Amino acid sequence: MEITKILVANRGEIAVRIMTACQEMGIATVGIYSDVDAKSPHVEMADESYPLGDPTPAASYLNIEKIIGIAKKSSANAIHPGYGFLSERANFAQACKDAGIKFIGPEPEVIHGVGDKIEAKRTMRNAGVPVIPGYTGEEKETLQEACQRIGFPVLIKASAGGGGKGMKIAKNMGELDEAVASARREAKSSFGNDELLLEKYLPRPRHIEFQILADEHGKIIHLFERECSIQRRHQKVVEETPSIALDADLRARMGQAAIMAAKTIGYTNAGTVEFMLDADKNFYFLEMNTRLQVEHAITEMTTGIDIVKWQIRIAMGEPLTLDQDKITQRGHAIECRIYAEDPEKNFMPSTGTLQTVELPTGMNIRHDTGIAQGYKISPYYDPMLAKLIVYGEDRKDASRKLEWALSNYIALGITTNIPFLRAIVHHPAFVSGDIDTHFIETHFASWSAAEVLPPEVLIAAAIDDMKHSNIVEHSGEGHEEQETTSPWTTVGRWRIDS
Amino acid sequence: MDVIESKIDINSQEFKDNREHYLKLIANLKEKIEWAKAGGGEEQVKLHKSRGKMLARERIDALCDPDTPFLELNPLAGVGMYDNQAPCAGIVTGIGVVHGREVMLIANDATVKGGTYYPMTVKKHLRAQEIAMENNLPCVYLVDSGGAFLPLQDEVFPDREHFGRIFYNQARMSAMKIPQIALVMGSCTAGGAYVPAMSDETVMVKGNATIFLGGPPLVKAATGEEVSAEDLGGADVHCRKSGVSDHYTHSDEEALHVGRNILENLNKQPKTHIKTRKPEEPKYPIEEIYGIISKDAKKPFEVREIIARIVDGSKFHEFKALYGQTLVTGFAHIMGYPVGILANNGVLFSESALKGTHFIEMCCQRKIPLVFIQNITGFMVGSKYEAGGIAKDGAKMVTAVSNAQVPKFTVLIGGSFGAGNYGMCGRAYSPRQLWMWPNARISVMGGEQAANVLSTVKRDQLFRKGVEMTQEEVDSLKKPILDKYEQEGNPYYSSARIWDDGIIDPTSTRLVLALGISAALNAPIPDAGFSLYRM
Repeated sequence: MEITKILVANRGEIAVRIMTACQEMGIATVGIYSDVDAKSPHVEMADESYPLGDPTPAASYLNIEKIIGIAKKSSANAIHPGYGFLSERANFAQACKDAGIKFIGPEPEVIHGVGDKIEAKRTMRNAGVPVIPGYTGEEKETLQEACQRIGFPVLIKASAGGGGKGMKIAKNMGELDEAVASARREAKSSFGNDELLLEKYLPRPRHIEFQILADEHGKIIHLFERECSIQRRHQKVVEETPSIALDADLRARMGQAAIMAAKTIGYTNAGTVEFMLDADKNFYFLEMNTRLQVEHAITEMTTGIDIVKWQIRIAMGEPLTLDQDKITQRGHAIECRIYAEDPEKNFMPSTGTLQTVELPTGMNIRHDTGIAQGYKISPYYDPMLAKLIVYGEDRKDASRKLEWALSNYIALGITTNIPFLRAIVHHPAFVSGDIDTHFIETHFASWSAAEVLPPEVLIAAAIDDMKHSNIVEHSGEGHEEQETTSPWTTVGRWRIDS
Repeated sequence: MDVIESKIDINSQEFKDNREHYLKLIANLKEKIEWAKAGGGEEQVKLHKSRGKMLARERIDALCDPDTPFLELNPLAGVGMYDNQAPCAGIVTGIGVVHGREVMLIANDATVKGGTYYPMTVKKHLRAQEIAMENNLPCVYLVDSGGAFLPLQDEVFPDREHFGRIFYNQARMSAMKIPQIALVMGSCTAGGAYVPAMSDETVMVKGNATIFLGGPPLVKAATGEEVSAEDLGGADVHCRKSGVSDHYTHSDEEALHVGRNILENLNKQPKTHIKTRKPEEPKYPIEEIYGIISKDAKKPFEVREIIARIVDGSKFHEFKALYGQTLVTGFAHIMGYPVGILANNGVLFSESALKGTHFIEMCCQRKIPLVFIQNITGFMVGSKYEAGGIAKDGAKMVTAVSNAQVPKFTVLIGGSFGAGNYGMCGRAYSPRQLWMWPNARISVMGGEQAANVLSTVKRDQLFRKGVEMTQEEVDSLKKPILDKYEQEGNPYYSSARIWDDGIIDPTSTRLVLALGISAALNAPIPDAGFSLYRM
């Protein structure tokens, strides 16, 4: 099926990213925006854009009816959901199908099946994919008995949840009751369902995920792993590929497991299989994300494959022309997420207007952003502003480039987590690669940017720096220069008797 | 570069005594400058202001960019002369910054005898023009003067370096493309009328400014015509009819504003390139100089201790440290500018002179400004040294200094006696600027030596006549000589007569030199026309 016009059912950087791919492919784009996003770059970028009105997510970017209506009105024959919002809602994929619009992603049934985590794990276990020991509610045992079988510590999470909401850890039997009660309460309020899962809690696990591409003709490949161990409250902050924890053998085994997982459920399009890797290099299936990942860009950097374009091509019914044995990982890529949040105030989202944005540029520095100077950050949506992706010859090269880029990243007018990201990249444990999913709580529990001077001091220093610039300018072949350090302009008022 | 290691014990009693002594010299200096800055005194200042006029220093402040230095020249000219009737010699001169460009400012102080020119006023005006000419600095004349001080006409009018030289200089500088700007804010009579008339652009203040060759009394005497000063040569006449002036203003403030506008449109020329560094403070506090210089002028001090407190980071790349050790030579930076330093550390021998010559030639080749730090009793005397050819070796150094075309700066930090003054770039050798410290002394030889020489000559004369002098007779012969040398060797005696460009607090030395070097870069540095000779 020929896709001629895609409605991008998203906002921000990912909408821009998808539209870029569409433009490169010569496909028309349709943008949607809520009232507060009317002046966003993704709106300007789209060939045509339609308002969603009320900025609350439920009324705008989660409003299936409105979005399908706009797709029909604009005669878009495909919808790309991006990530977040409606990307993993089976009913949205179904609504698209019903309306005769191609949903760029897997089939509704697949989304539904994977969305049920208990179901997903059972499927995987049956297919021979290693699954972390746990309790799904079907075992004929109490939570206490399950814990004894699994062994402490135990992770408790909401059956219908995601994104870390409602997750609790019980270190021993004594902590179990309270953790369970608390998890139920949060699950109920967040997801309307207080069913819980238990899982063996791995002390120092790494989060390793594999990127999958599956066409509609049964061919499935993986684009290697991404390590996303640097997380804060189960939200990824820094991601990299390749992972230094994998050797070629383990990588091949995990890749095969990922393909097996996708095959088992009849997966199509781009997806991600997430694993936990413990200190003894045992890996366990965690979950499958049936959409484009935020961190897909690092895989693009190391494989040279444009995942978004392949999503579209697969949706058009094209067969995958990529062969597993021809795909190689080259160099090292790291991504970090720039958030409008205050790392010193418990990561509280910050709002305001971006007064000045100057992004560092250079070889192999990629910015996926949906912001611009003068852009207002509203409190309605995820506070992620942009992604900074760097590519280097090896991990050290990439880390240094990332550190440089962060040091030269100018985003004024709002508080960002850039100082925090710099501290992470600078941390000896990160530098040596000794990381796990507890990295931030272990090393940055009470972090504050102590070295940051008050703004007045920084302004004074900047002015002083401008006055005392040690740059000596040469003018071509002449013997003349503009003196930059002349005492006539630097010493201030002075008199012979002062 | 290597850092000079100081060996000074700042806790020693000697250091403390020296310091206490020096602080008195500084207090005395400040007091004298304060006197000079007060101009013609309270009454004259009041009268001046009642005419709606600003004081000379206020005019300079208003003309210059805010928060910039003003390197005043010769504030003590005329001190102790003319019955102390001419503080500051009635004229304020110095280098200031207008629209980012260094300019020479020459401002008459009408509170001092109506701004008339005493001999030292003329000399000071000419010295400022000389500095402007050497350093390619635009000249701004803030005119408010009744012309020559008539009672001393024989000392201000007829000679080569007298009043007429001011206009000669203006014409010569104009030919050198050095802008000449006049802001006429008061009288500008007779010969003085040529200052605005010979300027590129001239501003007048209505009501206060007048320009004429002959004033109303002279006109009446000569032709019988009765005319007011304003009608004879006011702003209306010259801006509307004669064309002598270009800009018509209503107040000093407006005239100075227009003056700034004029300077804004000069088309700033780029300065000469020399490789600068990021400025760095010396490692040791400059104030320690107070305790290093002995209160007993005869007691020598290690000059490297002084260099260590003047140069950036106290870093000094010494040249020929083991040869001719009474002259210290080496490379350093002062507020970012590269300099070659020659500093006395004892009497000059042949070797010291040869080393100095070699070093001066080297700096000329490299276009590095020279800084002479003088503390010199002279060249060594005696048959051994004469036979060794010290005269021709001294001559080499004098030759090198004379022909060095890099900017030269001289600071007298102690004695400046005899031919040592020549080899070390005394006034006659045209340093761009020459500064004195308040402890400095300058004369053809030390007072003691002069008295001994004269008494020996006298005693020999009498001895030939068969008369033998008693010790009392020798002492009474020496006494007036010692007194004369003490008085005339005093830095204030020197500064009053403009043998120097001013007496400075040693702690200002770095800045004063850096300002001077920076200003000097407005002029090109010619290539050295010789190869280096190792001697």
